[in-house]
Amino acid sequence: MLAASPRLRATMLRVAQSIPVVIGVVIISFLLTRALPGDPAVYFAGVAADTESIEQTRVAMGLDKPLVQQFFIYVGNLAQGDLGQSLTSGRSVAADLAKRLPASLELTLSALILAIVIAVPLGVLAATRPGTWVDHLCRVIVTAGVSLPTFFTGILLIYIFYYLLGIAPSPLGRLDFIYLDPDHVTGFYLIDAALMGDWETWVGAAKQLILPATTLALFTLAPIARMTRAAMLTALSSDFIRTARAAGLSSRTVLYRYAFRNALLPVVTTLGMVFSFALGANVLVEKVFAWPGIGSYAVEALVVSDYAAVQGFVLAMALLFVALNLMIDLLYTAIDPRIGFSSK
Amino acid sequence: MTNTTNRRNFLKMGAASASVLPFLRAMPATAQGSDTLVVVTGATINSLDLHRTGTSRASYQVGINCYDRLVSFGTKEATGGGLSYDYEVIEPELAESWTESDDGLTLTFKLKSNATFWDGRKVTAADVKWSFDRAVSVGGFPTVQMKAGGLERPDQFIAVDDETFVIKLDRASKLTIPDLAVPVPYVMNSVEALANATEDDPWAMEYLHTTPAGSGAYKVARWTPGEQLVYERNDDWVGGDLPAIQRIVIREVPSPATRRALVERGDVQIAFDIPDKDAAELADVIDVFSTPVENCIHCLCPNFAFEPFQDSNVRKAIAYAVPYEDIFQAAAYGRGLPMWGGEEEINDIAWPRKTQYYTDIEKAKELMAASAYPDGFEVPLSISLDLASWMEPTALLVQEALGEIGITVEIEKIPGANWRTAVLVEKRLPLHLENFGGWLNTPDYYFFWAYQDGHLFNSSNYRNEEVEELTNATLHMPMDDPEYAPKIMRMFEIVLDELPRIPLYQPALNVAANGAEGYEFWFHRQLDSRPLKLT
Repeated sequence: MLAASPRLRATMLRVAQSIPVVIGVVIISFLLTRALPGDPAVYFAGVAADTESIEQTRVAMGLDKPLVQQFFIYVGNLAQGDLGQSLTSGRSVAADLAKRLPASLELTLSALILAIVIAVPLGVLAATRPGTWVDHLCRVIVTAGVSLPTFFTGILLIYIFYYLLGIAPSPLGRLDFIYLDPDHVTGFYLIDAALMGDWETWVGAAKQLILPATTLALFTLAPIARMTRAAMLTALSSDFIRTARAAGLSSRTVLYRYAFRNALLPVVTTLGMVFSFALGANVLVEKVFAWPGIGSYAVEALVVSDYAAVQGFVLAMALLFVALNLMIDLLYTAIDPRIGFSSK
Repeated sequence: MTNTTNRRNFLKMGAASASVLPFLRAMPATAQGSDTLVVVTGATINSLDLHRTGTSRASYQVGINCYDRLVSFGTKEATGGGLSYDYEVIEPELAESWTESDDGLTLTFKLKSNATFWDGRKVTAADVKWSFDRAVSVGGFPTVQMKAGGLERPDQFIAVDDETFVIKLDRASKLTIPDLAVPVPYVMNSVEALANATEDDPWAMEYLHTTPAGSGAYKVARWTPGEQLVYERNDDWVGGDLPAIQRIVIREVPSPATRRALVERGDVQIAFDIPDKDAAELADVIDVFSTPVENCIHCLCPNFAFEPFQDSNVRKAIAYAVPYEDIFQAAAYGRGLPMWGGEEEINDIAWPRKTQYYTDIEKAKELMAASAYPDGFEVPLSISLDLASWMEPTALLVQEALGEIGITVEIEKIPGANWRTAVLVEKRLPLHLENFGGWLNTPDYYFFWAYQDGHLFNSSNYRNEEVEELTNATLHMPMDDPEYAPKIMRMFEIVLDELPRIPLYQPALNVAANGAEGYEFWFHRQLDSRPLKLT
């Protein structure tokens, strides 16, 4: 079956190639968290701990064992799917990630979709009409988008739309407290609420999402719009477009079928990059909007040297990016048939 | 209209129930106005069991609101507005009455006969014993706190019958009864806990971590770590006056700016532990309670392990150089109490107290000239990045002032995770800022932690034989003992002369309320939800 389908075989090969990456991530994240300054036993022993109770805490956390032994215990647990217990949240890391990763992904994806919907047409328009007001508008939005830090845009949006105008809902996280969480299926509230047919909650969740997603979208707009514009300009000035025009094809066909499709490759590459840094930039937006996402979780875990949580986070991110890269590669072949997957 | 269910009727019914469903999923919107109170805080509740290793400070509130202790403290008017707990008055909670034997070594508690756990079972002395055994056995913070009241071993606790509980002490101590009113010695449903205990986990740590089993005023209705905790009132509570509010939502909002916007708009009723700056600015708009934290002082600590600080003139020069008023305004926005410019003569045992020092650069220069270091020296001033909001402005002002008397200060910022190890455990920071606050509100308790050699918060490596002796003598002595006051005043005199800690100011705990009243300050600096009311 594998031989019959070269694409499947290539995909499997690509997945196999990512195994060493994941192993490397496991080792490095383990060593790096141990190299962090600070002694978690002292931190978690509490406010009025004495030397004896700090030692008891250290033993309870298994930190009195040699490093190599700790590593093998960790790997052993990992092999059984146990990511360990987070001390900051008091729950298993796997449960925390299952709860918080979808929250971050929902926010990031909504922001990204919003950004694409605005940025791609804006980029195309700017490229087809260089030097006009559209081009200038594109430039202004893009410059403003990158130059305003997300926490600032976030607080500004809250100030205007919540505090002054009162049209945005309270920035209290994913759902106002009057709603109950939808049953956990995917962890994406919009999808879960829709699956239950609970449109009341769906609207509540969507409302909460608008401001943070806008904040993040403003930030991610810039690279997408700039890249679309640049790629479109290159495509529009290529020989095959001149040929198409000379052949008398309609300007619509030329623009969308020939120029845009060719310009898509760099845009998709940028999207992959933007997605990864948006997931990182999330942390500030999460803090401002009390969004219970993965970014704020990781930062809090780092601050107190919560080893299991940090390792779980790094591992989850690594797996996510391996999957993302694979998806982008597959998307390439779909966009441009000239890119042979198996030849790579 | 017929009563038969045909296809058309059936579809109608379906449509009707479908349209009702969403409303069932959401709490009634009207509930928000009448019996639900929303609190926002920046801290994470990471366990519902205070006895667990790694339980965060914010989680202590579950111990207060969901569990009962034998006794509690009374209520008084607080400095800076609002109410405060009253250390002087002990009130019954689970215990109806108690007696002390003449030698003070045996305490006998009579439990309320109508007290029940949430599952309806009567609270018995056996539950109290099991809970106390657990607190002294699990190690870590609860065990240390129990020890402060002389409660160290399970054999000290005896359940005589269902309603009589006896504590045997090794020595009489004035700290024992107050220590029973702190959050740690709360009473758990031992039958429910034991049913969920395992061989590896005899104290049911895993079960009680997520499932409280108490008799307290509020039950936990929902808990999502990192997001929210919802309390639901226990209508059968007998520990005190039944709370006015049916449901309390504790919502976690990390950004102080967002918390401020929420409480200012009135969408939440209480913003707990807001920054001093917000408190100063919001005070004119809504109710702000800034209660000075009892038995807590922000200090500048010169470490005796660093040679120049062994010179008494150098320490005094620093105490006269520190720009107290500027620090109080820049770091605390005037919230809290000044700790400088007091009388040198000590006539009372109030603590924290104003020191005899004040800002006088000329005097500081004279003292430096008289010291062994007339040309000054270099020293790093260490601060914690976690506490940067008050430490950073303070450090900058100290740096500037000490520069004037020839001490070159370099500010060293230490990551939060590393701070406690460096300052308290290794005690290796030559000059640093520190802010110990004692739960039990007596001066001797403060001295025990902060001035006795080797103790955790004595980050200056200070040792004075007389202070050691006096602290040991006064720690368990009743406060009305005629010897107590003179000894305490002598302790004040020594440490304020020797200055291992230079007091800067007493910080405040700031709480903003918009639409709620009845807020009460507690030494544990967590929100007691029980006396709150909506306005």
